[in-house]
Amino acid sequence: MEGLKKSVLASLWFMFLTLPIMGVFVNTIDKSVTWHLDRVLYVGAAAFVLSYLWRFMLERKERGMKAEEQSAVEKVTLLNKLLANPKFFWPAVIAVAGFAIAFPKLFSMYQVNVMTSALIYVVLGLGLNIVVGLAGLLDLGFVAFYAVGAYSYALMNMYWGISFWVALPLGALLGALCGILLGFPVLRLRGDYLAIVTLGFGEIIRLVLENWAEFTHGPSGISNIARPEFFGLAKGFMAQINFMYYLMLVLVVFTIFVVNRLKNSRIGRAWQALREDEIACQAMGIDKMKTKLMAFSLGATWAGMVGVVFAAKTTFINPASFTFLESAIILSIVVLGGMGSILGVILGALVLILLPEYMRDFSEYRMLIFGATMVLVMVFRPQGLVRDVRKKIDISAVKKALGGVHD
Amino acid sequence: MEYFLELFFSGLTRGSIYALIALGYTMVYGIIELINFAHGEIYMIGAFVGLVVAGILTSFGFPAASIIVLASIAAIIYAAAYGYTLEKIAYRPLRDAPRLSPLISAIGMSIFLQNYVMLSQTSDFLSFPNLIPEFHFLGKFESMVGSSDFVIIVVAAVVMVALNLFIKFTRMGKAMRATAQNRKMAMLVGINVDQVISATFVIGSALAAVGGILIASHIGQINFFIGFIAGIKAFTAAVLGGIGSIPGAMLGGLILGWTESFCTGYVSSDYEDVFAFALLVLILIFRPSGLLGKAPIQKV
Amino acid sequence: MINERRTVLQVKGVSKDFGGLRALDDVDLDVKEGEIVALIGPNGAGKTTFFNCITGIYTPTEGDVNIDPYGGGFKRINGMKPNIVTELGMARTFQNIRLFPSMSVIENVMIGCHCRTKATFLGAVFRDPGTRKEEQETILKSYALLQELGLDQYADELARNLPYGAQRRLEIARALATDPFILLLDEPAAGMNPQETAELEELIVSIKDKHKISVLLIEHDMKMVMSLSDRLFVLEYGREIAHGTPQEISENPAVIKAYLGEELVDA
Repeated sequence: MEGLKKSVLASLWFMFLTLPIMGVFVNTIDKSVTWHLDRVLYVGAAAFVLSYLWRFMLERKERGMKAEEQSAVEKVTLLNKLLANPKFFWPAVIAVAGFAIAFPKLFSMYQVNVMTSALIYVVLGLGLNIVVGLAGLLDLGFVAFYAVGAYSYALMNMYWGISFWVALPLGALLGALCGILLGFPVLRLRGDYLAIVTLGFGEIIRLVLENWAEFTHGPSGISNIARPEFFGLAKGFMAQINFMYYLMLVLVVFTIFVVNRLKNSRIGRAWQALREDEIACQAMGIDKMKTKLMAFSLGATWAGMVGVVFAAKTTFINPASFTFLESAIILSIVVLGGMGSILGVILGALVLILLPEYMRDFSEYRMLIFGATMVLVMVFRPQGLVRDVRKKIDISAVKKALGGVHD
Repeated sequence: MEYFLELFFSGLTRGSIYALIALGYTMVYGIIELINFAHGEIYMIGAFVGLVVAGILTSFGFPAASIIVLASIAAIIYAAAYGYTLEKIAYRPLRDAPRLSPLISAIGMSIFLQNYVMLSQTSDFLSFPNLIPEFHFLGKFESMVGSSDFVIIVVAAVVMVALNLFIKFTRMGKAMRATAQNRKMAMLVGINVDQVISATFVIGSALAAVGGILIASHIGQINFFIGFIAGIKAFTAAVLGGIGSIPGAMLGGLILGWTESFCTGYVSSDYEDVFAFALLVLILIFRPSGLLGKAPIQKV
Repeated sequence: MINERRTVLQVKGVSKDFGGLRALDDVDLDVKEGEIVALIGPNGAGKTTFFNCITGIYTPTEGDVNIDPYGGGFKRINGMKPNIVTELGMARTFQNIRLFPSMSVIENVMIGCHCRTKATFLGAVFRDPGTRKEEQETILKSYALLQELGLDQYADELARNLPYGAQRRLEIARALATDPFILLLDEPAAGMNPQETAELEELIVSIKDKHKISVLLIEHDMKMVMSLSDRLFVLEYGREIAHGTPQEISENPAVIKAYLGEELVDA
């Protein structure tokens, strides 16, 4: 009964809220008013149902949190258990790899192209995951480094005819350099200030690209960027698309390899510690600046590298591809997937990029859903799709190495 | 000299608006240490509600004076309602979560609200009726200060004085200051902290709506995206003045307004937004506590 | 005999102002090689502020903090960053335990090894033999420290799930992992019962002897302080009111006055 009352109130409240925005459209030029009261009624109905769901989820979460506090054991999900089991893990990896390699043979050129874009986001997500997920630095200007990579290839190609293969490492290097240059002054700032400064920096880069027309061609962008030469192997448009796909696949594998190793290293440990307690971390002799700077510039390196690939894939770039919204998309990939979790970020990228692509009817709602996803994930499932689990130190091996049992 | 004064007054107008929005950021930050990223969207929604109400009333043939009053009241009420709901949905469940969680939630809300308005009201710039009547008592200053500039400056000043009195003398104002200083302690002495936080969002949002409707009427058109840039600039103002400090937000707003106005007037108008962003980056790097803010002592 | 020992930490005239408030006023202190020195004083006397000043978390307003870990002459360290101070060999624990709660116990200690290891980005990616060896050594060293402090049965658990006393010991293990010449303990016995306190006392002595380090500790438990330390320094309202051996301190009228007030309040 109490619940019913609450839901009715919620329903009325949201109808009230949406009334002027969704229910009315005015045109002040010809002084006409169009009413869409039906939409408001839909909102009311939806709010009624959702408020039940909302309360149910909140209660469930609270109960879950209490249970977790009471038990000393870390929560291990079914997925994590499966992943830890080599009998499941390796066959799964082989199956996914086989599918990924056969993908261009199985699907049309259009699908391959879409998948290549999704893989670009996978790498971007994994790059940002180093910064946000592993080191806990909220970077809202990640797209700036992506732009640096893309523009460095486009401009070097336009002015000096530099080829893709030379530009790829150069773009990564320039990304890293920008990461260090920006990171150095701003990484002293506390988490939320850092977020805003990086956002401001991202916008500055975009505005400069837009306004420095003599150099960057301004808002109209740069077109006819050379596609990569695949050493004469890829003849024709179709083969090029496929090669682009394989190139991205290699980059994805390379990124997973690097991020995974970093995560379970001395540096990855320092990032984790920094995330949990900065003061204690410094008191244990960890150079806060250096450690943060490394995460920040590594993320930027990956963004720069993928930027080059993006420019080569689309053969046309303009500043509109590098707005804050793009940063927000990459961030929501990391948040939805699960901060820190490699598998999670990959799934997050595939879900968020492919789903709107295949559900064309929903594509206008894409950003609306992204925004809502970020809120809902934070409220109900802060660990994301896949909870990040750190690799354990093998204690029994340590005991063996020390010789004898010390129980 | 005339050009200088013109820039001075246009800076003052802009600055007043920034200050109005910055107050919302600063009050919320003062109390729950959260950058309310969606605050710019509340301002934008305030402007849209003003537009819709003004449009409906015009179609019914209401007199101009009553339209401006009713549209402003509606905008304020709605912005306050949205601010209240925003806090309840996106921030309250995260009050004890790690620091980045509510910030990410806020960014999500900002994107959501932008797209919600875009899908409902199209992405076109909609023309906003000029609600502020022309008057001519300014004499020879009229070329430098339009009547809507004048109204903006006066309204902003009145609102800010009222806010200061509210914070200083009312029960709720005192509760707000107490909560800002030490939330746990405030709770222990019997202050309803949830209520105080809600009130902060309501007041901050209402102030943003005042800014929204004034600037929309001044510029004459709005779309779903105006909240984003205005939000970042107002945040810059809040940080410039010292986030958490109410006089700081006002000072920061004015300084930012003048900086933009003079830089675009004397340097280049292409880079209008860059000046604000650059100022933001520079302050945060060199004086993160702002002009009037105090550097916090790190407790160990 | 004590006078022949070399001074490893020498603090001269350190003051710290917070705005208009003088939290520390002209404090002198020294610790000699292999010594256990206690810093005592009523609540709010500025003891933790003193720790923060000498470990680089705060920069002292005035005065000098000098260290001489290996007999090569004094080095002035005030104003240096906390991580540099730790690298130079001063390791500390915190009054309000600051572990890394969602990392395992052994990982907490491994963090302490960070500044004594070198693996870089490339090492992490390529896992060359050198890096692997270093990582293995880090694990072994950390595990040995856990054994020493009686924490090895918890090695795999998350730090936040440890019992309170074990968390305090883990902080000591983590500090030891940085290979310090002096260990700074901020109220290590806080919240412990008499038996635990006695065990801790033994532990501190054995650590000091085994690792050949000096110890500077802040403590409220007078019984423990009197039996454990070689010398004491007493702070009140940010000023040093006395220093000397436990015997001297217990007979010092200024100290008795400062403490009697507190004891009465406590009772």
